[in-house]
Amino acid sequence: MTSDILDESPSAIRARERRRAKRVARDERAERKRAAKNGFSNPANPRRSMTLTLVTGIFALYCLFPFAYLIINATKTQSDFTSTFGLWFGHTFALWDNITTVFTYEDGIFGRWLLNTLLYVVVGAGGATVLAIMGGYALAKFAFPGRKAVFAVVLGSISVPGIALAVPQFLLFAKMGLTNTPWAMILPSLISPFGLYLMWIFSEQAVPTELLEAARVDGAGEFRTFLTISLPLLAPGIVTTALFAIVATWNNYFLPLIMLKDANWYPLTIGLNQWKNQANTAGGHAIQNLVITGSLITVVPLMIAFLILQRYWQSGLAAGAVKE
Amino acid sequence: MKHAKGLKRLVACAGVLAMFLGVTACGGSKQSSGDENVELNVWAWEPTLKAATKEFEKKYPNIKIKLQNAGTAKEQYTALDNAFQAGKGAPDVAQIELYALSQYAINDRLTDLSDRTKGYSKFYNPGTWNSVLVNKKPYGLPFGSGAMAFFYNKDVFDKAGVDATQIKTWDQYYEAAKKIRAVGSYIAADSGDAGFFDAMIWQANGHPYKLSADGKDLSINLDTDKGTQSFIKWWQKMIDEDLVDTKTVIWTEDWNKSLNNGKLASALIGCWIPTTLVNVAPDQAGKWRVTTMPTQDGSAVNSNHGGSSLAIMASSKKTDAAYKYIDFISRNQASIDARVAGGSFPDDVKTTESKKFKEATTVKNTKGDDIEYFGGQKYNEVLAKAASDVIPGHATLPFEVYARTVFADDVGSAYTDKKITLKQGVDAWQKHLKEYGKQQGFNVH
Amino acid sequence: MTFSKSAAGPADVANNQQPSTVNKHRRDWRGWKFMGPFAVAFLLVFIIPIIYAIYISFFEKRMVGGTVFAGLSNYKRLFADGHFWSSVGRVSAFTLIQAPLCLFLAALLALAIDSMRLHGTKFFRISTFMPYAVPAVVSTLIWGFMYGAKYGLVGSFNSWTGLHLDLLASNILLVSIGNIVTWEYTGYNMLIFYSSLSTIPHSLYEAAAIDGASEWQIVRRIKMPELRGSLAITVIFSIIGSFQLFNEPSIMQNMVPGNTITSYYTPNMYAYSLSFAGNQSNYAAALAIVMAVITMAIAYAVQLNSLKEQMK
Repeated sequence: MTSDILDESPSAIRARERRRAKRVARDERAERKRAAKNGFSNPANPRRSMTLTLVTGIFALYCLFPFAYLIINATKTQSDFTSTFGLWFGHTFALWDNITTVFTYEDGIFGRWLLNTLLYVVVGAGGATVLAIMGGYALAKFAFPGRKAVFAVVLGSISVPGIALAVPQFLLFAKMGLTNTPWAMILPSLISPFGLYLMWIFSEQAVPTELLEAARVDGAGEFRTFLTISLPLLAPGIVTTALFAIVATWNNYFLPLIMLKDANWYPLTIGLNQWKNQANTAGGHAIQNLVITGSLITVVPLMIAFLILQRYWQSGLAAGAVKE
Repeated sequence: MKHAKGLKRLVACAGVLAMFLGVTACGGSKQSSGDENVELNVWAWEPTLKAATKEFEKKYPNIKIKLQNAGTAKEQYTALDNAFQAGKGAPDVAQIELYALSQYAINDRLTDLSDRTKGYSKFYNPGTWNSVLVNKKPYGLPFGSGAMAFFYNKDVFDKAGVDATQIKTWDQYYEAAKKIRAVGSYIAADSGDAGFFDAMIWQANGHPYKLSADGKDLSINLDTDKGTQSFIKWWQKMIDEDLVDTKTVIWTEDWNKSLNNGKLASALIGCWIPTTLVNVAPDQAGKWRVTTMPTQDGSAVNSNHGGSSLAIMASSKKTDAAYKYIDFISRNQASIDARVAGGSFPDDVKTTESKKFKEATTVKNTKGDDIEYFGGQKYNEVLAKAASDVIPGHATLPFEVYARTVFADDVGSAYTDKKITLKQGVDAWQKHLKEYGKQQGFNVH
Repeated sequence: MTFSKSAAGPADVANNQQPSTVNKHRRDWRGWKFMGPFAVAFLLVFIIPIIYAIYISFFEKRMVGGTVFAGLSNYKRLFADGHFWSSVGRVSAFTLIQAPLCLFLAALLALAIDSMRLHGTKFFRISTFMPYAVPAVVSTLIWGFMYGAKYGLVGSFNSWTGLHLDLLASNILLVSIGNIVTWEYTGYNMLIFYSSLSTIPHSLYEAAAIDGASEWQIVRRIKMPELRGSLAITVIFSIIGSFQLFNEPSIMQNMVPGNTITSYYTPNMYAYSLSFAGNQSNYAAALAIVMAVITMAIAYAVQLNSLKEQMK
């Protein structure tokens, strides 16, 4: 690390990195064009390979295939669902009808579940990301007492089968009056062990200790240093951590199943499960078409989130890549 | 609760965080008396309860019902157990299936309704009322009957040359099964269903379990009980000769499709099945019929498969209002009508025997269309007869929920890979249950 | 003061007035300011319940007779419990095969996507990660349908080919579950590997190219060592995850006949049926503690050493 970097403000550093990333990208494009024309292969900017694309394509197909089932069956009526072949469309195309029914069934409770899930994701996964950033940063940049034990304790704790912990967790939450409230869903979501690990590694790599030392010498407070210097450098790791936390919260199933008994606070997973089970009871309505369509609607926002986050993530990674 | 103290200490430090988060523990709810406004928490998953509850709120505007689906069957029992253990969070009223009632009654979780229900036995169909009795005391009011009947696909039976209405005995059923199999269908699907097993033992007049009045001595005699053993022998023959589809699991996609394409041609099942059939097997509309159960010796006896009750939790402080609610749901005509309209089977004699009910020929599907699913047959006539034939006084285990959970562990192999016989499987299950009974502190015989 | 003005505000001036010796004296504890919030939440959600679980594992709760102190009897019973050990054996076998396979696929995928030799890199990155976004309830439903030997895709396949494939038969079911888990988590692991590959400085590739290194050499000498770091942690998380296998088999339990999936199929399922159906949460707590010890021991034996090195 040269000392002239310390003379610049963080925003200037970022701007410089952005310019650099742009330059690299431009060079890469030019290089690739040249390579394609001349048949010249450069390991840093290799030629695209049809074979590799095909092989990877097979795996991608395996990944996407079940989605085809989900989408096709979301277009079916209940009677088509039971009476027609699973991987082809039914007699009637009922997707819009199904979507409408999903949002109007039982006084539109599905919409409520969707909003609940959003709340849990924003507060829970958002909180998880914040806690993971701070924790990971602490582990990477401070030699505090007990530092070495923290991660071992975290790994040890998540090795305890979660199912058997559910009863103690439930009892604890019940004593605190938290069951059947959004907190029962949010509090457990705040813990993202993998996020902690990710932010630890990332902080170590992306935040130069010299930069922090310089800020301290200048007398900047720890939180100010963290907010103005470290946080921007951590951006790519934050996006990845957030992504994992969002998915984990969105799909959280077991604990809310135990903790929440008020349908008005259900997240989507529990609600869908309730709809699914309802068909299996005496006098229950078979609404598999709604379960399938509801599942599709559950997955779509995550896909969109991923597409959006990917953009930040890419530019972030490019910046993160400049650890010299 | 011995743990409570230890936990309290632990909770104390956590409490700081709770305050930090701005969470306030709810105070105890007010004691209800008379006409004051009350809110009741009700846990139930039965779908017709919603309409019936609306009727209740019309009549009792000062009692507000908070109806919650806390999970289906076992999921809800889990929630109940958790709430009991935590000492709070339990509802005032919960739906409890008849087979699980004794388990909760024996553990003092439910309110004894003896004083309030004098003379009720005549109101209900006989087998139904007896099912809510534990040690002769009622702990819930009936809510959705499950008398068994023989539902069959007449098209397939005709093709096989079988007249189902002439099947009275298990032997005749066995002969018919062979003919059905010969045309490529199965007469039944059973992959190890503990509920069906119990219902058939009941029908065969089996009494394998006995619990002393003080709830401490328990005897489990599946291996020597006559009814149990005769059912096992008959059903083993059915399995051995591939007359029962042991691969298709009830409530699965395969089961739905087998019903819908006629590969599964009949079912010995509770009288609540019509609403399911009309939705999962729409292609067979008009072809199905129903008749009474085949029995061991051809006599007109029957049992329940499924069926629920509404019970008041012992922890509830609003017993009076809660009683008004369950009494209305179970016995008020407006409530019964609402539930029957939704596809539930009535529990009371009057409705079961009413002309309107017996003359019905259609079943409502999810869309709300009336379907002549049974080809114009007045199917409720048969079901009403089935309900009146139920043998009173069948006892289940005081840990029946657990017993059913592990049934397939021990007996399943007799169905799935046929490596053991039903008898061996049931013997293993009995050993397991006895061991469990001892662990739970019973004197097991 | 060489630091730019934009970063220094009034708060810093206030800070400046504090004698730096105080700061130095407390230096070691500053980290907790950042670690604190995570630690508090973790205490609440994990540590206290675990301590409580350890505590109740020394008791026994009976329907008749209430709760009594039981000493080590739950642990003694556990060590003699054939159901428990069979479930441990099953998840061990599962972990041994599924985890390496899943990680191997994920690493290959990450290398392929990172190689820049694919047409449509973005598409592959998204499509292979997508399965992770599907809740276990939904993915098990979908795969369960496809496995159906009668009317599912396997059924259709059987009727076309005349075979009698049954992916839900008890002898092959664990593989079928492994497939679902692999489907769900390969993309997840891929993303971890990929993001660690992305931290390799570009200049390193350029230097290697100038030195005339072949692509395989770059993979072996530059990319593989980078992957090794994230491999340690993904292995540990995979071991923990597959030892806790629960969602997929318990949802499938209702789809398969008889004893194909027993109530003690995996340790977690056993804990569930003991605790929730069996009124034996004390015994389940003992099971949980023992499982945690086993899991940690295995994770430690396999990877923790390399993780430690990395953490230094």
